[in-house]
Amino acid sequence: MTPLRGGSSIAGMQIQVNGAAREVPEQITVLTLLAELGWADRRVAVERNGEIVPRSTHAQAVIEAGDRLEIIQAVGGG
Amino acid sequence: MTMQKDPLVIAGRAYQSRLLVGTGKYKDFAETRVAVDAAGAEIITVALRRVNLGQDKDAPNLLDVLPPDRFTILPNTAGCYTAEDAVRTCRLARELGDWKLVKLEVIGDPQTLYPDMRQTYEAAKVLIAEGFEVMVYSVDDPVACKTFAEMGCVAVMPLAAPIGSGLGIRNPYNLRIILEQATVPILVDAGVGTASDVAVAMELGCDGVLLNTAIAAAKDPILMAEAMRLGVDAGRKAFLAGRMPRKLYASASSPVDGTFFE
Repeated sequence: MTPLRGGSSIAGMQIQVNGAAREVPEQITVLTLLAELGWADRRVAVERNGEIVPRSTHAQAVIEAGDRLEIIQAVGGG
Repeated sequence: MTMQKDPLVIAGRAYQSRLLVGTGKYKDFAETRVAVDAAGAEIITVALRRVNLGQDKDAPNLLDVLPPDRFTILPNTAGCYTAEDAVRTCRLARELGDWKLVKLEVIGDPQTLYPDMRQTYEAAKVLIAEGFEVMVYSVDDPVACKTFAEMGCVAVMPLAAPIGSGLGIRNPYNLRIILEQATVPILVDAGVGTASDVAVAMELGCDGVLLNTAIAAAKDPILMAEAMRLGVDAGRKAFLAGRMPRKLYASASSPVDGTFFE
């Protein structure tokens, strides 16, 4: 578990990002999470609970407790 | 760009190169790019994987080295053992790069990497219904290959030998039957080890070859990439030229008349 932000004023919740548990503030959006992780404006695709989160909705998509997120990129392969 | 007379047409788009290459197993991105250029490839496969959340944020991305405006990116479903995972992977690919052209492979066994045909049919059906242009990795079964074409796959890619084995074209007669029945491009995907193998595939009449390990695992990948390009070109030209028939007995090349000795 890696808290995204210090301080206890923001209520946290548990989610999974790329298979690892992570604590994030409530009401965090996909875009904010990507920015916190350093992956905003990068060539990545996001899936939540098995469904694509279109890039055009990252700013509005609010993450909920227990969500399973996958952040995916292209890598070398045959 | 001047188009040659004999393009490879996949899903309505024409390509000058009949050699498609993977981007796995290289030392680094720089070597990958030089090898792709030496191979003359226009279509290159990529895999989709989780980002490493701990990695250096400024580390280059594969797509920085192989820009999608310059190459046709062909995302694959490597590593998928179910239709569901293959479909998920393709949807992620479409989200990632707006890519519709995909290489579908659903593996059924980790040792042989042979496809699970039941899962592959199921995935192909869903993907085609969702508007994907599916290039499908298949067993070298003529019935299976015909079925994929009838379903609407834009190319069918039978194996010539197991993925990464480098055993060469183990199934020339099956490939010939598949090619005779073909209504979409047929590409050999998997099994070739060296330039003569791709030449054999092309001489049989295959529309193209997709390979990765044969270049990446060569001692000098860049030189092998060039050899593969030449092998594809040589094999294609030989196919178009039409080879002489095989004969059991000799046939002299020099005139038999006009000799000056008894």
